[in-house]
Amino acid sequence: MNSRKYLIEKIVKIVLLIFTCFIVFVLLSIFYGIFKKGLPALNWEIISQVPKGGYYFGKEGGILNAIVGSLYLAIGASLIALVISIPAAFFIHTYLFSYPKWQKRIRLWLDVLWGIPPIVYGAFAFNFMLFMGWPSSLLAAMITVSLLISPVMIRSMDESLQHNSKGLFESALSLGFFKGEIGFKFLFKQSLPGITTAFLLALGKGLGDTASVLFTAGFTDYIPESITEPAATLPLAIFFQLSSPIPEVKERAYAAAIVLTIIILIISILSRVLSKRFSKNRIK
Amino acid sequence: MNLENNTSLIDEEIIRKDESKGLHNLIYVKDLSLWHGKQQTLKNVELNIRDKGITVLLGPSGCGKTTLLKTFNRLTDLDPDIKTTGSIFFEEKDILTKNIDVYALRQKMGLLSQRPHPLPGTISDNIRYALKLKGIKSKVEQDDRIEYYIKKVALWDEVKDRLKYSANSLSIGQQQRLCLARGLAIEPRVILADEPTSALDPISSRKIEEQFQELSKEFAIVLVTHILRQAKRLADYTAFMYYGEVVEKGKPSDLFENPKTDIFKDYLQVGH
Repeated sequence: MNSRKYLIEKIVKIVLLIFTCFIVFVLLSIFYGIFKKGLPALNWEIISQVPKGGYYFGKEGGILNAIVGSLYLAIGASLIALVISIPAAFFIHTYLFSYPKWQKRIRLWLDVLWGIPPIVYGAFAFNFMLFMGWPSSLLAAMITVSLLISPVMIRSMDESLQHNSKGLFESALSLGFFKGEIGFKFLFKQSLPGITTAFLLALGKGLGDTASVLFTAGFTDYIPESITEPAATLPLAIFFQLSSPIPEVKERAYAAAIVLTIIILIISILSRVLSKRFSKNRIK
Repeated sequence: MNLENNTSLIDEEIIRKDESKGLHNLIYVKDLSLWHGKQQTLKNVELNIRDKGITVLLGPSGCGKTTLLKTFNRLTDLDPDIKTTGSIFFEEKDILTKNIDVYALRQKMGLLSQRPHPLPGTISDNIRYALKLKGIKSKVEQDDRIEYYIKKVALWDEVKDRLKYSANSLSIGQQQRLCLARGLAIEPRVILADEPTSALDPISSRKIEEQFQELSKEFAIVLVTHILRQAKRLADYTAFMYYGEVVEKGKPSDLFENPKTDIFKDYLQVGH
């Protein structure tokens, strides 16, 4: 009897291992593909210069416009999203405390909102911009991306507050704090790791999302000098270069992909480190 | 004549009657009923809480003692389904009326909950929050008082070297004493304690009980418990609750020696 158990145990273990290996393999092969094709084209020139005349035909220049544009866009969008998300998350956990039904409803809505594809946000924003007669600009893209990432930001703060919040809330009320005060004094501290993670996740999303910025940000070969100017973004730079028939340009697309991947990797690691540091005073 | 003046008149009358009997009561619960949706959790509760000393609310789980406690500091407001009738007089006001300052009320009724809930921050931060609420701005005075209150709950020797550590690093018994100190820093008149030892080990429980005996000289303490022995050890005055009703109440010497109702007799027997 027991030997059968051992056998089944082994089989189950192997099956689980195969699936895990498969997904790790996919990740590694993506890395391999990008690095193999892109490394030859990756040099200091490409990350330190804006495109010059003939760049898209394989002549000199770089993608600095897209790197800077993407960073501006991601940071701006994440900051706007943070301004929207922090009060919303605190509202759910303070004033809606007595209305669990509404808490659940709002969570559902946020999850649905999170499920809407970015291109829909892009199309919606583009229509709105056409209606108002606004051209593509960095600001329009920031607002669009911030709306896109706000739901997940709120939910991630919300999750970090779910545990223990009832007791914390009641004991703070018993001391004579009012609800809003509890939100900004204690729930803020309590959700700081969640806020950090959410902010960095949003940064990553803002850097990587293509569809929502396709119509809203526009594209330019220059580094934007104000938020009303259009801006280039890395995903679009990759997209344009990849569709070129010239091999040198294609190679540069992969180099740009390496840059994007490395930035996102740095953000992911940073989010781990920071959220650990900020959970020091958190009540478990 | 408005309503507020009326209520204070009623109260003064009761107080005069009490004082002629040599009693000093702080809280008067008059014909209090409470509904949780359609379910009635408290039924016509009549109860006086002594000014000093420990009043124990004894009873099995789910008998409404915690609910009664939470009406005292209006934490029941958090549940929109809760409706109350009757009154609770405290400092010449009916605290169940709308025009009461709930935040001031809660500062007069410090709550110690079942499990300790330190606030996010360091050990000293936890007391500091309370002191800031009281409007104490000078850092030096804050530090003095932090020491004073932590000493008052006999926690000083255990934490004096790690005041800057997270309150989370304390054991659960120490956390409960820290929460007691935090509650005292608000300078309440009443301490509401909701089974404060139920999550603690026997040694930590003993420490809390000793604190209560000490504090009962200065404060009115309302202690909710289902542990008969704890009630016998601590009570100056006891009310036995069953299914939302106060079945018996009085001095522990009378109450535990001569139970009048069958329900209480049963409870006493099972408790032994």
